[in-house]
Amino acid sequence: MSEQLQLDFDKIVKTSNFTNEEIQFKKNYLNNFIKKGFPNRKQEDWKFLDISQIIKKNISGLSFFNDYSQSNKIDPTIFVDGLEHNKIIFINGRIEKIDFNFEDQNKIEIIDEIKKDISFDYENSLIDLNSAFTDKVFKILIKKNYSLKKPLIIYHSTNDKMKSTNINLRLDFELGENSCLKLIDYFANNTATNFINIFYNFNLEKDSILKNYKIDKFRNNNLRYSFNNIEQDNNSVSETFILSAGSNYFKNEINCNLNGEYSSAFINGIFSLKENQQHEIRTTINHLIENTKSYQLIKSVLGKNSKSAYQGRIFVNSKAQKTDGYQLSKAILLDETSEFNAKPELEIYADDVKCSHGSASGSLNEDKIFYLMSRGLNYQQSKELLINGFLLDVVEKITDSEIRNLIKNIIGVKE
Amino acid sequence: MDTREKDIENLKDYKYGFTTDIENIKAPKGLNDDVIKFISNIKKEPKWMLDFRLKAFERFKLLKEPNWQKPKYPKIDYQDLYYYSAPKSMNDKPKSLDELDPKLLETYNKLGIPLQEQARLNGIAVDAVFDSVSVATTFKGELTKHGIIFCSMSEAIQKHPELVKKYLGTVIPITDHFFATLNSAVFTDGSFVYIPEGVKCPMELSTYFRINASETGQFERTLIIADKGSYVSYLEGCTAPMRDENQLHAANVELIALDDAEIKYSTVQNWYPGDESGKGGIYNFVTKRGLCKGKNSKISWTQVETGSAITWKYPSCILKGDNSIGEFYSIAITNNHQKADTGTKMIHLGKNTKSKIISKGISAGFSDMTYRGLVDINSKAKNSSNYTQCDSLLMGNKCGAHTVPYIKNKNFDSNIAHEATTSKISEEQLHYCQQRGLNPEEAVGLIVNGFCKEVLQQLPMEFAVEAQKLVGISLEGSVG
Repeated sequence: MSEQLQLDFDKIVKTSNFTNEEIQFKKNYLNNFIKKGFPNRKQEDWKFLDISQIIKKNISGLSFFNDYSQSNKIDPTIFVDGLEHNKIIFINGRIEKIDFNFEDQNKIEIIDEIKKDISFDYENSLIDLNSAFTDKVFKILIKKNYSLKKPLIIYHSTNDKMKSTNINLRLDFELGENSCLKLIDYFANNTATNFINIFYNFNLEKDSILKNYKIDKFRNNNLRYSFNNIEQDNNSVSETFILSAGSNYFKNEINCNLNGEYSSAFINGIFSLKENQQHEIRTTINHLIENTKSYQLIKSVLGKNSKSAYQGRIFVNSKAQKTDGYQLSKAILLDETSEFNAKPELEIYADDVKCSHGSASGSLNEDKIFYLMSRGLNYQQSKELLINGFLLDVVEKITDSEIRNLIKNIIGVKE
Repeated sequence: MDTREKDIENLKDYKYGFTTDIENIKAPKGLNDDVIKFISNIKKEPKWMLDFRLKAFERFKLLKEPNWQKPKYPKIDYQDLYYYSAPKSMNDKPKSLDELDPKLLETYNKLGIPLQEQARLNGIAVDAVFDSVSVATTFKGELTKHGIIFCSMSEAIQKHPELVKKYLGTVIPITDHFFATLNSAVFTDGSFVYIPEGVKCPMELSTYFRINASETGQFERTLIIADKGSYVSYLEGCTAPMRDENQLHAANVELIALDDAEIKYSTVQNWYPGDESGKGGIYNFVTKRGLCKGKNSKISWTQVETGSAITWKYPSCILKGDNSIGEFYSIAITNNHQKADTGTKMIHLGKNTKSKIISKGISAGFSDMTYRGLVDINSKAKNSSNYTQCDSLLMGNKCGAHTVPYIKNKNFDSNIAHEATTSKISEEQLHYCQQRGLNPEEAVGLIVNGFCKEVLQQLPMEFAVEAQKLVGISLEGSVG
């Protein structure tokens, strides 16, 4: 694989107009990645789903070079109906369009030359891969006191023009004081098996609010990895919702540093998996200062041959008194072949804290089904109703009513 | 080697048995085939036992020391240890209680341990009237009546080789992890228990009653077999603080429960934890594993861990038989610079298997406490269930409490529920107690005992009272 990496990297150097400094920078990351390789189950964070094996099994002939000099045609059929929104469109890993039509253009700044170094400690080799192969990295800056009027939808799509089997993309967001961004990641990849590696960096300044919704609904054969790094200052709020249902493999990783007092993080997730899907959510919430709060709720519905994993970690620094941390993961196993793994972890160094986690997994409650059937529903209907209620609980946690309704429609849950 | 073997040969006929008079014999420092042969030889072991050890040692050479645990410790030079030394002679031991560390005596008094017992714990010769040996012999008679075998491992290898051969290493194979394999290669002694079919053991078995239990050394090996329909409750350790010269303790404990059998294994561990600044103390790296081999069998672990500088152990249950039950009740208390990484593994393989985990962790001072547990429900373990509850209590902001549960559910008929909380003693509770005349330390003692109640209840009566006191003592000086 290292030869292919080197070869593709050279092609990028040839076709792009990176400066020498940038190339050197990328080379370092490439070498790091070659040294480490894809993560495997020997690493604690990848224990449940071994990505190196999954890639090996699904993608033969992994290649990394995408020609970003040519633009792609935008297919408007992928657009979300019934919600006015701003757009960023990625096609085959290339940004085709950034469109903030609904907003005050003076309040949003798009910077395409940013420092590409990574400010936090990581062991994850996929970040190295990402940093070596990303094209342009854009930074979107929301200025002080500005709340976006409409949500921003980022479309991730691929088409048959794609030459390689790997996409790496990165976006940075900076939310100024008292600003607000609603961000929807919408995955609409239709082409065959690719490995897509997404890395977002969020910096939330004082009193800012970030709402990030990741929607992976439509069944596709892609393998996907997404990493969100969120830095939060005083009184900022981040809300992340993940619908993990479409891709063959999807691992969402969220690293959230609560650096400022009274900052809070909310993570809610749904796994709804069928045939051979393997999905994972891994969260790390670092409570680094007093009076911070985090809340996590993850629910899985697992069909035949599917497997989901949740690794949630709450870390509380010795300075972080009065921390409130909560985690709950629940799973319904629908078939003999489905599997649920969880590792809800607490690491606590302060005494005046309230931290708890819970995890439960099992089959659908027969008593409840009996109750519904005795009231005239058939077995299938009862089952669906129960699952509906089970998932609705998570969707209800979405604070934005417009987006909540959109997501309800997409998932097909009813009130 | 030749002269040494001769010496041993001569000692065989010695009137007082060989344990008392081989004190000059010490295995050379280091770990190699010769040392293992030496140990085996001195214990007059049959060839199959030596082969077992050598095979384990072969395997050991390939293994690397694990380092995923939370508490880190300075590197141990395994070639710099003595793997066999005979019990200390009477001359080296303290002559009377006056020679002991006054702090130790103070603790004894608080625990209410009788004088004779204090002496016995420190290896001081006890007068004949209260001789524990005679107590032990009366018990032995009772046990023999029921056909129960309760003896040292060395004795079992000599007298009951068929049982040892059949079961030793079946739960913790010699190919297991680093420390377990090391133990298989060099273990010195330990307890052996066999409960015949249909027998309910009439008393609590305890290492306490076994004569030379106090000097089993750092590599202890225990094997308990409960045959069909039998029951046994086994107690290990005692509440009194134990000092030991050896820093590393890597014991192996294997439990096997056949059809309808039940084993209850209780531990109170109070090894030397090091001084207040975290110097010294014992590394307690123990492998404990129980196999519910037969149908309707049950294994229950109860532990109160208050001692040792580093405790690193996971008493586990493999629930192989249908309808088998595994239980784990634990209190782990760390104070000063102690560190503990403990928990359990429940591996469900059979149908309708059930497991329950109750873990209470308390950390104070500069200590670190980790609960690490695995619940694994296999795809064949239909209709199984697990319930886990692990609570941590923190005292002060210099200590840590961590919870790392691994939950794997591969069976849709099965249920797993897991709950964990971390908190501190609430000001309201403290206030309430103090208002009613308790001083802060007593108040904390009371609240902590309430916190631990679910586990303490599981201990045999006389043990529970002592353990309750021990909980209070372990936390002394942490309030204020």
